[in-house]
Amino acid sequence: MAGTDPIHQFVIEDMIPIHLSGDGTAGSGLNLSFTNSSLFMVATVVAVSAYMLLAPGKRSLVPNRLQLTSELMYEFIANMLRSSAGKQGMVFFPFVFSLFAFILVANLFGMVPYFFTVTSHIIVTFALAMLVISVVTIYGFAKHGLKFFKLFAPSGIPAPVLLIVVPIEVVSFLSRPISLSVRLFGNILAGHITLKVFTGFVVSLGAAGFLGWLGALLPLTMGVALTALEFLVAAVQAYVFAVLTSMYLNDAVHPSH
Amino acid sequence: MEAEWAKYIGAGIATLGMAGAALGVSNIFSNFLTGALRNPSAAPSQTGNLIFGFAVTEALGIFSFLVALILLFVA
Repeated sequence: MAGTDPIHQFVIEDMIPIHLSGDGTAGSGLNLSFTNSSLFMVATVVAVSAYMLLAPGKRSLVPNRLQLTSELMYEFIANMLRSSAGKQGMVFFPFVFSLFAFILVANLFGMVPYFFTVTSHIIVTFALAMLVISVVTIYGFAKHGLKFFKLFAPSGIPAPVLLIVVPIEVVSFLSRPISLSVRLFGNILAGHITLKVFTGFVVSLGAAGFLGWLGALLPLTMGVALTALEFLVAAVQAYVFAVLTSMYLNDAVHPSH
Repeated sequence: MEAEWAKYIGAGIATLGMAGAALGVSNIFSNFLTGALRNPSAAPSQTGNLIFGFAVTEALGIFSFLVALILLFVA
């Protein structure tokens, strides 16, 4: 069953055990072990950094292909941030670009067979989402002080309606980290489970003899199609995370709508 | 043992939420196509909004999937 268990791919294993307290069993004490998840996070950061450092090359006026890809990525995120958070929002460009690159490469790494998908764990995506919301809140209060609360009361709305709108805005603000993290985590987790379930059908049908081999063609085709879809989802979810981050940052930069 | 069955029934019912997400996502794409075919020159500038609306709607389907997961593995 281990070969076709769709959840098995998400198991976190200690690679270099570091147990600060407790007896080393699961769930006891403080566990700071270097896990396979940590390994792929480090690999993601190294890959992104190496690409962005090496790809621009000599920074020539007429770029070669490698330089062009990195410049396209830069322009893509810069335009997106500029259009949603305005000129003042561009101070956050390094932040948004790092988030986008990290999530994109982590998702794409997850598509390689036997690789661990960092973003399929809610604690990773929730940490990223909380980072975004903390930046929004802290920057908003630091820049605008108490005027930041105008975020919850859109201008040009009569007072009786405000009684309904303000609680809705508060709840929507508080649910942002949840929706932001669960969207990324759920998409990646659901996609990878679906992939494993469909390719698992190939294995179990293939064991049933010649007719099974014919039948296995169906889930195999489906598996190939789903792999293509998952590459799309990996890129789209990274883009969506970056878009939503810049929209939330827009609230911090211009709270009074 | 009944609690065990109820978990699976609950997880199955939770997946019904995906029907709502399917309606929402299909609504977004059909309206985008209608608009894009009427005014093709304006369509490329709206792909960002399209993807954004798609992701926000799709997240609600993912939430129902999450409820199913919680019922199966956490509850």
